[in-house]
Amino acid sequence: MLKDIDEMLLTSEKKRENLIPILQRIQQRHAYLSPDAMKLVALHLGISSSEVYGVATFYNQFRFHPPGKHQIKVCLGTACHVVGGDIILENFERKLGIKDGETTPDREFSIERVACVGCCALAPVAVVDDVVQACMAPSKVEGILLGFDIERERDEREKQESEASQ
Amino acid sequence: MKRLNSIEDLEVLRQQILEQRKSIRKRVRICGGPGCHSGGGERLIEAFQKLLDEKGVGHEYMVTQTGCHGFCARGPIVVIEPANIFYERVKVERVPEIFERSVLGDDLVDDLLFVSEETGEKIVREKDIPFYAHQERIIFNDTGLTWSTEIDDYIARGGYSALAKVLSGMKPEEVIEEVKISGLRGRGGGGFPTGVKWESCRKAHGEMKYVICNADEGDPGAYMDRALLEGTPHQVIEGMIIGAYAIGAREGYLYCRYEYPLAVKHANRALDQAREYGLLGDNILGTEFCLDMFVNRGAGAFICGESTALMASLEGKLGEPRGKHIHTVEKGLWNRPSNLNNVESWASVPLIVNQGGQWFASIGTERSKGTKIFSVVGKINNTGLVEVAMGTPLRKIVYDIGGGIPGGKRFKAVQTGGPSGGCVPEELIDLAVDFEQLKKAGSMMGSGGMIVMDEDTCMVDVARYFLNFLVQESCGKCVPCRVGVKRMHEIVSNMCEGKAEPGDIEHLEELCDTIQEAALCGLGKSAPNPVASTLRYFRDEYDAHVLEKRCPAKVCKPLLTYEIDTEKCTGCGLCRLRCPEGAIIGAKKECHCIDEELCVRCGICIENCKFGAIYIE
Repeated sequence: MLKDIDEMLLTSEKKRENLIPILQRIQQRHAYLSPDAMKLVALHLGISSSEVYGVATFYNQFRFHPPGKHQIKVCLGTACHVVGGDIILENFERKLGIKDGETTPDREFSIERVACVGCCALAPVAVVDDVVQACMAPSKVEGILLGFDIERERDEREKQESEASQ
Repeated sequence: MKRLNSIEDLEVLRQQILEQRKSIRKRVRICGGPGCHSGGGERLIEAFQKLLDEKGVGHEYMVTQTGCHGFCARGPIVVIEPANIFYERVKVERVPEIFERSVLGDDLVDDLLFVSEETGEKIVREKDIPFYAHQERIIFNDTGLTWSTEIDDYIARGGYSALAKVLSGMKPEEVIEEVKISGLRGRGGGGFPTGVKWESCRKAHGEMKYVICNADEGDPGAYMDRALLEGTPHQVIEGMIIGAYAIGAREGYLYCRYEYPLAVKHANRALDQAREYGLLGDNILGTEFCLDMFVNRGAGAFICGESTALMASLEGKLGEPRGKHIHTVEKGLWNRPSNLNNVESWASVPLIVNQGGQWFASIGTERSKGTKIFSVVGKINNTGLVEVAMGTPLRKIVYDIGGGIPGGKRFKAVQTGGPSGGCVPEELIDLAVDFEQLKKAGSMMGSGGMIVMDEDTCMVDVARYFLNFLVQESCGKCVPCRVGVKRMHEIVSNMCEGKAEPGDIEHLEELCDTIQEAALCGLGKSAPNPVASTLRYFRDEYDAHVLEKRCPAKVCKPLLTYEIDTEKCTGCGLCRLRCPEGAIIGAKKECHCIDEELCVRCGICIENCKFGAIYIE
C-alpha cells in the first residue's frame, strides 16, 4: 500500500493546494488513510504530519480505519429526518450491533450517517454499497441485511463445494 | 471535435448540428435527475437504446438522458417529443410497449399517463400537468430538455450564444451593467446583488483574479444545484465564462460536494468538451480573452459553503472562515480578488445576457427579481424541484404545485433556509416568498430548500435536529458557535427527553441572542435561527415538552409509549414475532400487550400490524 502511495505521489505536484485532492485519491484507492500514508503525504508536500492530520480530521470524508466490506450510509437530511430517517439508522445499528461510524468485528459492515445525499424525493434513504435504497422502512433494513447473509452463505457453500470437488 | 476559432464558427457549428438532426422525427427524453436515476432511470436508457439499435432506426429516433425534470415524486419520467407525452413511474419492463406504441406508432400507453387528482382525467402533455402549469421555468427549463453530457445538444438549443454575444463587442462594464439592471441577487442564500459584487471585483487591484462557483450545496433538503450541475453543466460554465470576462478573471474553480459524484463527473466532462471547442483556454472563440477552469471536490464540511471557508479549502487548508472586514472580491483565494457565486446565480447569467436585464427584472417583486428554484420535500405529495417567480404565495407552492399534504393531514409549517433558516407557520401560508418576506417572517431564503411539515412533525425535535447538525458542522474557530450551539443542543435534547426544567426556554432565548451577536461567520450568526423561529411560532409545543413532559406531535421517543388497541387487536401474533426486543406478549387469538420497559420504540410493530391496532400515546 505504501509503495503504491509513493508512486501516486510522484505524479502530483508539490503544491499545498493539492493536499485535499491527494488525500481523496489515497482514500479512493485504499478506502482509508493510515498514519503512515499521512506521513508520506506530509513528506511529499514539505509540511508537518500534524498539519496533514489536522486537515484530514477536519473533513468528514476522511476515514482513519478500514471500513467494512459493505458500507451502509444512512441519510439524515431534513427531508429524511421528518419521515423517520433516525428510525432507519437505529434499526441498522441494532441489527448489526454497532453504532454509526463503527465497523462490525468481522469487517463485513460499517455504518455511517450522512447529511443529505440529494435524493430527498425518495426519503427516507440509505445508500448501501453505493446503491440508493429508496423509501426505507424497518422491515427493509432486515431485508437488505438478510440479502447479504444469503449471499455470504451461498459464497461459503460454493467455496466448500469447490474445495470438496478438488 | 474541431476547435472554434471565431464567433461565426460557433453559429456554423450550430447550423451543422441542426442540419444533422433534421431527420430525427421523435426524441425520447429520459430523466437522469437524482430521484429518477436512483429509482431505475439508468436502465431505461439502455433498454431504449437497445431497441433503437435492434430496429436500426437510430437516424429517425433519438434517445437522450436529460437532467432533472423536477417532478421527482413521479419518477422515473419519460417524455416523448414532439408531442411531449409524459409517462410517469416507468419500469424497464414497459419500455418495449412504449417504444412500439408511442415512439414507432402514435398511440398512448394509457396507464402510464398522469391522472389529475381533482378531475380524474388523464393528462397527456407535460406542460398541462398542474405541477408544471403553475411554475415559471426559466433557469431550470433546459435541464429537463438537454442531453446532460453532450455539448452539441446544448449548442443546438442556443447554448453559448450569450457568450458569443458578449465577446462580439460588449465591454466588460456593459455586461456588469446588464447584470445590475437585472437585479439578480445571490442565490446561495445571502442575496447580495450579483452585479455590484462583479463591479467591486472588476475594480479591485490585482493582475490575477478568479471566478469561483459554489457548488458545495450543504443544506440538507436542498438539491437544486446538484440538478443544475448534473443536468446542464454548460449553462453554469457559460455563466462563469461570461462572469470571468466581465471581471477580468483568468482562472475559475468549481467547488463541488464529494457527495455528488455524478455532478463532479458531468462538470469535468463539460469542461473537457468546452476546452476542445475552444470555449475555454487561450483565445476563446478567436478573441483575446483567455480563461481556464477546474473542478475541485469538497471533502464533506458544511462550513465550506461559506465563501471564505471555501477559499481556504481550495488552498488545501482547514475550511475555517475568517472575518470579512476585507471582502473576498478584494482579497479572496490566495489573497487575490475572487468572485464567488452560487450555481443557480451563474446559471442565470446566460439568460440575462441573451434576453436582457430588463426582461429578468420584469419578473418577481420590487426588491427580489427573477425566479427561484425550490426543492419542495418532506410531507408533501409532489416532491420535487420547483421554479417560481419571486413573490409567489407559499400557498401556491404547497397546494397548487406541491399537491398538498399526503394522507389528508394538516399543514403545519414549512422550513426554509436549511440549518440557518427557520419555519414559516400555517398562519403565514399566504406569504409572498421572496428575500424580504422570508426574513420578516424570521426565516431566510437560503439556497432554496423547503421542507414541508405536517401535524405529525414535532417542532422541538426539528430544532434539535438542526442543532445537532450544527454541533457536528461547527468548525470550532469561535467560542459562541463552538460552545454556545452545543449548550443549546443539550437544553433542547433535555426537552425532547423529558428532562427539561422550567426556565430552560428563557435560557435558550438568552443563548440565541448571544450567539447571533457574537459569532464570527454567517453560519454561527444564523445558527440559533431554527430555535428562535420555532420558539416564536410554536412556543406552546416547547411549553408542553418542558412543563407537561409531553410531545404533542408524538415524535420525541422518551415521551411516548406504544400501546395496543384492545378493540382492534386480533391476536395474530405478527407484531410479537417481529418485535426485535421481545417486548410484545400475548397468547394466540388474544389481545397482545407491549412491555413498556423493554420497548425501544423502533416502529417495526406499527409497520407490520395489518389492523392498525398499535398506536402511540
